[in-house]
Amino acid sequence: MKKGNPDILTEQTAQRAAWFNDPKIRAILYQIAVLGIVGLLGYYLFNNTVENLKRQSIATGFGFLNKEASFEIGESLIPYSAADKYIKALLVGALNTIKVAFVGIVLTIILGTFLGIARLSKNWLVSQLAAVYIEVMQDIPILLQLFFWYSFFYDILPSPREALEPLNGVFMSNRGLVFAVPEWHPAYQYVAMAFIAGCIAVYFMRRWARKRQERTGQLFPVFTLSLAIMIGLPLTTWLLSGAPLKMSVPELVGFNFKGGLNMSPEFGALLIGLVLYTAAFVAEIVRAGIQAIGKGQVEAAMAIGLKPGQVLSLVILPQALRVIIPPLTSQMLNLTKNSSLAVAIGFPDFVSVASTTINQTGQAIEGISLIMVVYLCFSLLTSLFMNWYNKKMALVER
Amino acid sequence: MTKSGKNHIQTEGLKAPVIRIGAVQWIKSNLFNGVFNSILTLVTLFFLYKIIPPFARWAFIDSLWFSSAEQCRAGAGACWSIIPANIRFIIFGFYPHELHWRPFVAMIMLVGLLFYSKNRDHWSQSLGYIWIAGLLTMGILMRGGLFGLTPVESDQWGGLPLTLMLSFFGMFAAYPLGVLLALGRRSKMPAVKTICILYIELIRGVPLISLLFMSAVLFPLFFPEGLTVNKIIRAQAAIIMFTAAYIAEVVRGGLQAITRGQYEAAESLGLNYVQKMRLIILPQALKIVIPPTVGILISAFKDTSLVVIIALYDVLKTTRSVLANPSWMGFSPEAYLFVALIYFVCCFSMSNYSRRLEKELHT
Amino acid sequence: MKLLKLWLLVMAVVVALSGAAFAGPTLDNVKAKGFVQVGVNGELFGFGKPDEKGVWRGLDVDTARAIAAAVFGDANKIKFIPLTAVQRFTALQSGEVDVLCRNATQTLGRDTELGLDFAQVNYYDGQGFLIPKKLKITKAKQLDGATVCVLPGTTTELNVADYFRENKMKMKPVVIESNAELAKAFFAGRCDVLTSDASQLAGTRAVAPKPDDYIILPDIISKEPLAPAVRHGDKQWKDIVNYAVLAMIEAEDLGINSKNVDEQLKSATPAVQRFLGVTPGNGKALGLDEKWAYNIVKQVGNYGEIFERSVGKNTPLKLERGLNALWKNGGLMYSPPFR
Repeated sequence: MKKGNPDILTEQTAQRAAWFNDPKIRAILYQIAVLGIVGLLGYYLFNNTVENLKRQSIATGFGFLNKEASFEIGESLIPYSAADKYIKALLVGALNTIKVAFVGIVLTIILGTFLGIARLSKNWLVSQLAAVYIEVMQDIPILLQLFFWYSFFYDILPSPREALEPLNGVFMSNRGLVFAVPEWHPAYQYVAMAFIAGCIAVYFMRRWARKRQERTGQLFPVFTLSLAIMIGLPLTTWLLSGAPLKMSVPELVGFNFKGGLNMSPEFGALLIGLVLYTAAFVAEIVRAGIQAIGKGQVEAAMAIGLKPGQVLSLVILPQALRVIIPPLTSQMLNLTKNSSLAVAIGFPDFVSVASTTINQTGQAIEGISLIMVVYLCFSLLTSLFMNWYNKKMALVER
Repeated sequence: MTKSGKNHIQTEGLKAPVIRIGAVQWIKSNLFNGVFNSILTLVTLFFLYKIIPPFARWAFIDSLWFSSAEQCRAGAGACWSIIPANIRFIIFGFYPHELHWRPFVAMIMLVGLLFYSKNRDHWSQSLGYIWIAGLLTMGILMRGGLFGLTPVESDQWGGLPLTLMLSFFGMFAAYPLGVLLALGRRSKMPAVKTICILYIELIRGVPLISLLFMSAVLFPLFFPEGLTVNKIIRAQAAIIMFTAAYIAEVVRGGLQAITRGQYEAAESLGLNYVQKMRLIILPQALKIVIPPTVGILISAFKDTSLVVIIALYDVLKTTRSVLANPSWMGFSPEAYLFVALIYFVCCFSMSNYSRRLEKELHT
Repeated sequence: MKLLKLWLLVMAVVVALSGAAFAGPTLDNVKAKGFVQVGVNGELFGFGKPDEKGVWRGLDVDTARAIAAAVFGDANKIKFIPLTAVQRFTALQSGEVDVLCRNATQTLGRDTELGLDFAQVNYYDGQGFLIPKKLKITKAKQLDGATVCVLPGTTTELNVADYFRENKMKMKPVVIESNAELAKAFFAGRCDVLTSDASQLAGTRAVAPKPDDYIILPDIISKEPLAPAVRHGDKQWKDIVNYAVLAMIEAEDLGINSKNVDEQLKSATPAVQRFLGVTPGNGKALGLDEKWAYNIVKQVGNYGEIFERSVGKNTPLKLERGLNALWKNGGLMYSPPFR
């Protein structure tokens, strides 16, 4: 904008200035220019790609998804064989990613919280050890850690025939970790149903208890009762159905262990690596969240006569969580994204199955787009959750 | 939980009366204050006792440092010999053996520059020039072809220089892009804003390895027939694209932290957008975000290790190829610990520095 | 602003230094660059792997050298680019490499949908199984329930799945995307059996900590014709690659090797004269120097020589010629007449 006479109003300046100096028109021009450049670049790349594909007669399209995959996948949550289609193979991969992300996230939060609290411990030794752990883990690339744990499994552990048995029914060998699990019995179905019913009952009870407290000021032993319902109900069901207690104990048959639950070295290494690495970041977040609460808050809460448990659940946690949850979600997303490194140690996650697919079909563009779309979906879900959470928190903030 | 939290909140202004604390008193108040803490200390000590002596025995007492692989197999301890025996390959990869001095000098230059830039008194415009000149010299040293240096094709680069190049050059190139993206995201023009948001969120939503796959496999298809770009440069481009999106988010934080008054003051002075940003807003915003930017640099440095997956010979890949050599097979803990040490030293000094900087800038 | 300009300048210099290259048809492109870019394995002993001094060695590598010798008269005008199994075909499609000598199996799908053209097979292989002796297994049929180490994205991966399906056996694959890593996992006992092309198994066994602890099962479950590949659509370049391989076979057939090739120049046999370019014609037809075949034999050797040097009896692989013997000796190596 040209410098106008200071007495003249800006509107008049705009009128007198040439049209191309009008900020609004300029903004439109700039945008057209940017859109044009981006569009041209996109068109150029797209055009090149199409030309290249045509010239070399490379197949395109997602038609391959319906062809027979004809490769086996090491571990799968759903029944899969080489006779299934590519789309099913990719689904197996996606489920494996979800599996490792889910288990990883749960373990990371537990370990991270523990470490964060340990870092703040009054005990000098514990606090220093936690500090060293956090610093070291954060400074070593996750891929290197994964390689390390994978090599730990197959370089250091013995073969299945000489498997270590640290606990009764738990075997460690270079084929992974095998442990005994309760054998399937129809009664477990009812136990699970009882548990869900218990959860629902507890939910309604809590609502009722809160309302009653708001109305009458009387306290209700919510926590104890919740615990009793959530444990008691499934336990009673289990006892009523005759207390089935048969364990499926792993046994060495032929090449490998049969029975029990098997955690392959690939899955194990991936899980250990991801959890140990991400927990260090989570610990820092937890520490910051706890430290963010002023001492006055706790003292004030105690002064109005809240019990320690109530101080924790009504004063500290709601505030600390507001600080903790957003960065925590992004760490959970990082963990999910980092699980794509499974491809380096041979765990059949989505990226690994997709890269095999790319290789067998030669359709790299489609394969990589699939990878990106799947991860974008994970991210989108996470940010939806974040928005929901932020809104909920904003309401609480009145 | 709360009690330990309180411990760390320091009361300022009030000085505690000076009490001379002896070692016994210190141990008592820090390790054995209360039943729970005493038990904790004892349990921790027991675990340390279980772990440290055997580890020290393995790593130092029984270990071999300059032996052959056969002697290592006979020994009980760690086989550090794998490092000296293969050090040049691990550090320099396929770079021609007799020319190893060139990447070596380049790395020394980089470390020198970093040390020089550590001191904030040296920060000025000319430091920028020094860095640019330094990076160019390093590039020439690596590549050769000028001043009578034998040319070395970039596909022979490997090891630590490659790791350093990918991360530092990635940062150097991504920084201005990230600032532009951040400005675009804060822009009032809807088209510009949308494009920037789309780019940033798209990149941040996918794992780096999918971008690296793209660089390895798809980029060539994007170019017109006959145009090929070296694999390292393509991976570098992917890393730049990735880092830029993260820098953009950090810079955006800085931009948001600048109060409205600053914007308004700049506008009332009659500065146009470029002047306003360049003279008033960015200098302040970028200064605020120096510590998180160092954080991005650290993660960019760690993330370069992912190029292993597209078979570039960075320091992790060279180590792995040494480990695949039959005579050194099975000594992976030693080799990985060595590489971890390299990464740790680099990242730790960076994060330490960023913490110091944070303190300096806040006070 | 000055800094920004300087930044742009540096970026421009870097892009210029980075060696982006334009060109038309492959042969002109290669000649303009001054070297052949070859995609190789990088980890496969006997086929493509640098030795301790960083010198590339192997059957595929020598095949590539023969191409360079044919084009430039200098077998060293060549650049090796190690590729993983996943990258190999896209690297070729995109023009990153001019030819792929990376133990790739010729299949119908690859020849058509992948946009590749395969040249003359330089090694006839078949898929087999490598197992530790202590498992006491003698036939592939006894492998039910085994954990199988296999490279992902290869024909091997598909074949082994087919084989187990066909015989109603169960398998658990362990896929690791690198020959060396896969071998390492196998030796460490991560899997019961390693499956791959028989030649590769020999190579893997040769580098085992204790080679005698492992045996290769006699069963061969597939046909694996390994051949150099080029991009679809460039006929002239395909001919050159094709005849570079055939020239090595023909040389062996004619009894010409790197030691006697100079004497053979004086030979009176018309076929030899034509082959070595003493009687011109072949070179012109391919768009190469008339000495092209002479250069191949002189600098690289005939097929027998490269076979023996890379995978033959005096190497750790100790492979028999078998299918890869000349047709005269009961093998499949057969070259059309060079006229």
